[in-house]
Amino acid sequence: MARAERSISCDWLRLPVALVVLLMGLPLTGCEQDTEVLVAPAPPPPGTATGVRILPVPGVPRIEAGPPDVHGARATVACSTCHSMKEPVASQRSGATLASFHQGLEVSHASLTCLSCHNEKNYDTLRLADGRSIAYEQVQELCAQCHGTQARNYEHGAHGGMSGYWDTTRGEQVRNQCTHCHDPHDPKFPHMRPKFKARDRFLVPMNTGSAGAKGEVARSGEGR
Amino acid sequence: MSENSTAETKSGLSRRRLVKGLGATLGVTAFGAALSPLFGGPKVSADELMQRHYKELSPEDKKKVLERLQAEAKKSYGADVEIGDHRPTPNTKFVYAINLSICNGNGNCVEACHRENNHDRASKESYIRVLEMPKGTMDMEKGSTTYTGTVPAKDKFYLPVQCQQCDEPPCVDVCPVQATWKEQDGIVVVDYNWCIGCRYCMAACPYHARRFNWQKPDVPTLEINKKQSYLSNRIRPQGVVEKCHFCLHRTREGRLPACLEACPTGARVFGNILAPKSNIRWILENKRVYVLKEELGTKPSFFYFFDK
Repeated sequence: MARAERSISCDWLRLPVALVVLLMGLPLTGCEQDTEVLVAPAPPPPGTATGVRILPVPGVPRIEAGPPDVHGARATVACSTCHSMKEPVASQRSGATLASFHQGLEVSHASLTCLSCHNEKNYDTLRLADGRSIAYEQVQELCAQCHGTQARNYEHGAHGGMSGYWDTTRGEQVRNQCTHCHDPHDPKFPHMRPKFKARDRFLVPMNTGSAGAKGEVARSGEGR
Repeated sequence: MSENSTAETKSGLSRRRLVKGLGATLGVTAFGAALSPLFGGPKVSADELMQRHYKELSPEDKKKVLERLQAEAKKSYGADVEIGDHRPTPNTKFVYAINLSICNGNGNCVEACHRENNHDRASKESYIRVLEMPKGTMDMEKGSTTYTGTVPAKDKFYLPVQCQQCDEPPCVDVCPVQATWKEQDGIVVVDYNWCIGCRYCMAACPYHARRFNWQKPDVPTLEINKKQSYLSNRIRPQGVVEKCHFCLHRTREGRLPACLEACPTGARVFGNILAPKSNIRWILENKRVYVLKEELGTKPSFFYFFDK
């Protein structure tokens, strides 16, 4: 009730004013909107980046080789440092069963083995299904071998986030790649927890009708 | 003489005079109280009172109005806002689509809208409502916004609903003062200074997409989005209706809407349906798309689709 009173105190002038204007015989039917001449947008100022920019993905990874040194610098090695001397194991599916390195690496990606994607001939590259090697930076081409629907959607802006401009003639559109959102070893998109709940006068349980937003949020937080 | 004055003083305190005096005082007080709404509440300047409908404003009028609104924002909210007047671009018709196979109901779009559009902080208002839906129906009335815990939940899908920017908008038809209308690029807008707050449009909208400013929006100065436009995210007055405007202060400059940029799943697609090579055009030509409440004949410019 308090809310209704407030809205009335605000509207006391609007209604009579609107009526007066209507009575002045100036109905807005067929007004200028229909004939409004729209001006094309000005071309972007020189030096403005336009087009689509695809965010780069990290190149050849490096593997943690031990605890950081006394200065806090990470100790890492390149893949080929070890793998140039080790025999590849074609059946390996996970890091958990290894004696050294990669133990924490859980893989949950259909029935893929390590060597489905990693190139046993050169571990600093990836491997396509037909045996050709491909750089880490071009990982999307590797993913697209199986995920054709997603790759086609991505190509048409219907998969993968973006920011910037929808009209790429006026500014730059920035796009992600597969591995920005999906962990290639466990690609299922993670579960999330909604952190913001808008107030909603519809669809709230009837007995809490006029409860404020704070109450609703507190309840939703207690949920699970 | 002294007897006389004593008699007058005595008569001044007589019961009759006292009652008359009290009655008069009470009457004046009641009259003042009855008139008080005229002097309290929101102050309406003469310029604001006499402002004409947005479509009738000349470029000079508009300039004055925008300057006045900027000054008001500075006074009420302490922020140096920049209120523009973004007009539609020729050969543009905006269409939105959401991939429901991807949307996971995280609600980041809801929050992005809340911040971008200077919504009242206390009521946590937003133009977007994400419904948790049972699988097997597209009837939005079966959804619920009060879901909790981690998303996506088992056997549910998530349906974000905002203004569908209908080609046959029932909300526009019912407005008694034509304070809301559809523009050439398809966006249904509201002249917040012309709206009389009758809320007929809210009753008419089958998508529950419109919101009412019950109070003067409370937005902390530092959180105000200073980039504003007359028909979009400028801070609305109390007692008027507002709605999603496809972030026209962004999209008419060629930028993407705030809800799309905020989506961590990439479920949202926005673009110009008149551009043959646009993303949105490809979706409409190649995906099986749905609209909400198709049977009502509102012809939404807002589509939903699934990957499979």
